[in-house]
Amino acid sequence: MPKVSEMNVNGKDAPIDAEGERTLLSVLRDDLGLTGAKYGCGEGRCGACTVLLDGASVRSCQVPVGSVGLRKVLTIESLERDGKLHPLQQAFLNHDAFQCGYCTSGMIMSGVALLRKRKDLSEAEIVRFMDGNVCRCGTYQRIIAAIKEAARNVPGGAK
Amino acid sequence: MNGTEEFVIEAERYEFFESLPYNFAVDRREFFKRLGCGLVVLCVAMPALAQESGGPRRRGGRGGAIPADINAWLHIGENGMVTVFTGKAELGQNIRTSLTQAVAEELRAPLASIKMVMADTHLTPFDMGTFGSQTTPQMASRLHKIGAAAREALLDLAADHFKTDRATLVLSNGKISKAGGPESITVGELTKGQKLVKSVTHEGSVTPATDWKIAGTSVAKTDGRDFVTGNHKYSSDTTLPGMLHGRVLRPTAFHASLASVGTTAAEAMPGVKVVRDGDFVGVTAPDVLGAEHAVEAIQAKWTASPQPSGAELFDYLRKNASGDGDRRGEGGNDGSTEDGLNAASHKLQATYTIAYIAHTPLEPRAAAASWDGGKLTVWTGSQRPFGVRSELADAFGIPLESVRVIVPDTGAGYGGKHTGEAAIEAARLARAAGKPVKLVWTRQEEFTWAYFRPAGVIDVTAGVRDDGTITAWEFHNYNSGGSGIRSPYDIPNHKVESHGSKSPLRQGSYRALASTANHFARESHMDDLAAAVKMNPLDFRLKNLKDPRLRAILEAAAEAFGWRAAKSGSGRGLGLAAGTEKGSYIATCAEVLADKDSGSVKVIRAVSAFDCGAIVNPNHLKNQVEGALVMGLGGALFEAIEFENGMITNSLLSEYRVPRFSDVPKIEVVLIDRKDIASAGAGETPIVCIAPAIGNAIFNAANIRLRSMPMVPDGLKS
Repeated sequence: MPKVSEMNVNGKDAPIDAEGERTLLSVLRDDLGLTGAKYGCGEGRCGACTVLLDGASVRSCQVPVGSVGLRKVLTIESLERDGKLHPLQQAFLNHDAFQCGYCTSGMIMSGVALLRKRKDLSEAEIVRFMDGNVCRCGTYQRIIAAIKEAARNVPGGAK
Repeated sequence: MNGTEEFVIEAERYEFFESLPYNFAVDRREFFKRLGCGLVVLCVAMPALAQESGGPRRRGGRGGAIPADINAWLHIGENGMVTVFTGKAELGQNIRTSLTQAVAEELRAPLASIKMVMADTHLTPFDMGTFGSQTTPQMASRLHKIGAAAREALLDLAADHFKTDRATLVLSNGKISKAGGPESITVGELTKGQKLVKSVTHEGSVTPATDWKIAGTSVAKTDGRDFVTGNHKYSSDTTLPGMLHGRVLRPTAFHASLASVGTTAAEAMPGVKVVRDGDFVGVTAPDVLGAEHAVEAIQAKWTASPQPSGAELFDYLRKNASGDGDRRGEGGNDGSTEDGLNAASHKLQATYTIAYIAHTPLEPRAAAASWDGGKLTVWTGSQRPFGVRSELADAFGIPLESVRVIVPDTGAGYGGKHTGEAAIEAARLARAAGKPVKLVWTRQEEFTWAYFRPAGVIDVTAGVRDDGTITAWEFHNYNSGGSGIRSPYDIPNHKVESHGSKSPLRQGSYRALASTANHFARESHMDDLAAAVKMNPLDFRLKNLKDPRLRAILEAAAEAFGWRAAKSGSGRGLGLAAGTEKGSYIATCAEVLADKDSGSVKVIRAVSAFDCGAIVNPNHLKNQVEGALVMGLGGALFEAIEFENGMITNSLLSEYRVPRFSDVPKIEVVLIDRKDIASAGAGETPIVCIAPAIGNAIFNAANIRLRSMPMVPDGLKS
């Protein structure tokens, strides 16, 4: 896989110099200093590394950086704007929807991807979509509550 | 093979030590040079107390002057900011918040004016480690005491300042004012130019829980924002100038030794360095993938001996049990179980088994290491920063003072991060590379080379009279441990023993230790006894139980669950269990759907009532209880480590099932706030009843008694 020299990350073109077969996760964390996405399992089964590619959630530990191309990468670091948290970040705080916090970036990015698709979500739909994200501390019930709250608070959200 | 003779972590061992002697030179100049002028308050263990509680390693008899045993301290600066120093580590229990609440309570200060410096061996006093639910009963009470002493010192300063009786002064919101007057002075103004050092012992007086205004309330996680923005830096997020990435070549089996190794191909890779030191082989490379490729390119031959496999585990544990019975006194022996059994109308004997399970903290072991001459600094996620410092000093033959271990708030531990393997490996690689090195274990390494919750075999024999009185109770646990082994029920004739054994796998501490196993066996057996005498499981327990706190918690859980009115049948089952451990009380009711035809088991509802004395933070406590129930559900239903001849055979997250969103029942938590009783820790005990409650509910639903944890790894089988 050829080397990658540029990527669009969080709305900016970021110059990089990375072997294409390296994971998107490693390049974000080790080359660009965006350490919000975490390594958890290395096989796309825990969701801690979740970022958005053109708005859809992907497991960045499974994405070779050479395959990203011109697609827009969004990481957890992009959500806070002018000191204001994204409604889902705020909802996580409101519900104490984490303990150690290691899964939180991935949970929030998966939740953001879900809220981009649909705002009017049943609990079963949230569970189905989020089932690939592991919270070993077991705060699932709070995460569901946070996503439901954010669904009401994101622009165009369900009332 | 040597089994686990080299057993590194034996959890219960820790439960009996207050602290190790800490030779902390109280150097006033050093304090104020580092922190600026102000007020310093130290918490010093009283020498007599320390000797009584220090266990076998107490320092009496060491001769010479007794050093000051400081176990926490705080500094109030000229800007009014309070900095608190404690060796405890934050791993998701939210102690950074609860300990801040303790200080804020006593100092009548805003939470935002208090900064916690935690788990840094150069900055914080010695601490044995963060385990055993000890942070709240020990460290929080110390912080209450130093906070209270600081408050008194500030009032003294203010009395001088105002030239008035201190009884007329009020401390509130970081300011001291004269009652009924407009005059006030801030804490910062009071400490300006001061170099005051006060010390308190464990005996200082504190604000009673009934008067708490900040402690006892659901304040939010103090640094929560850093976690939802991705800004918090875990040890695995550490970046150092010129840092390389490391990886270690792992043996093909436990206890294997290296017969031969070829490193030429790896060394030819750009930027790669290979380090060999005895059986240790590792690499450094400019990026993670480079390190991975380099390790793959190493040709190694290992020599390993045959080792026990999972299929023979329980026989092996029983065969290798030590005959000395209860080693640590957690068990008990009273009356005659033989007489008790003779007096029984029904005798029930059963064997329960407990699999090894993995902690699976979502952040695997990770460390970044940097050498500066002979001095080593390591950032790593650990529950024992000072223990890891000792491991590093031993491994490299350098003095403790040359090693600094910094533990950033960590991606969980659950008892699984007592050891410093990644720290040692990163430091070894960094020394060879001459540059800082970061090493993050892969999930597969974490599943294989960490340690496990002990497996166990438990034999229970009990007798009960037709009226529901338990007459005899004999309970033997082989290998999994003695925590929570004592029955809280009142049984005149009992014999309860924990037996050590040889463990085929490396085992160690886990949230609640053996309490989960012992509660599973006991509360399952209690249910069978209730069934034998055709009594409601709740009534049967209450009949044999005097402990008023446990009775209250059992009744609270049953009421919240609607136990008396709830209906079972057509695959729907209800179960309950109760227990006490580490000074707190838990009862859990579970509702399951169990389908004998399809084999599916789904826990649809869990209600726990919990009493841990005075509640410090109700919302965070609920979160802990909920999390413990979810974690316990995994071990109850499907988590198990599989192994064969010295290797783990399910070492990926795709092969080792942990609870996910779809596994989680509707959870309800009832908290009993006992402001008249000192706060106990709460991170562990809430895990112990969910497994037996589920097992009892399955029995209720399907008339199948499951006596192995996990109960349904492959579904329910008739």
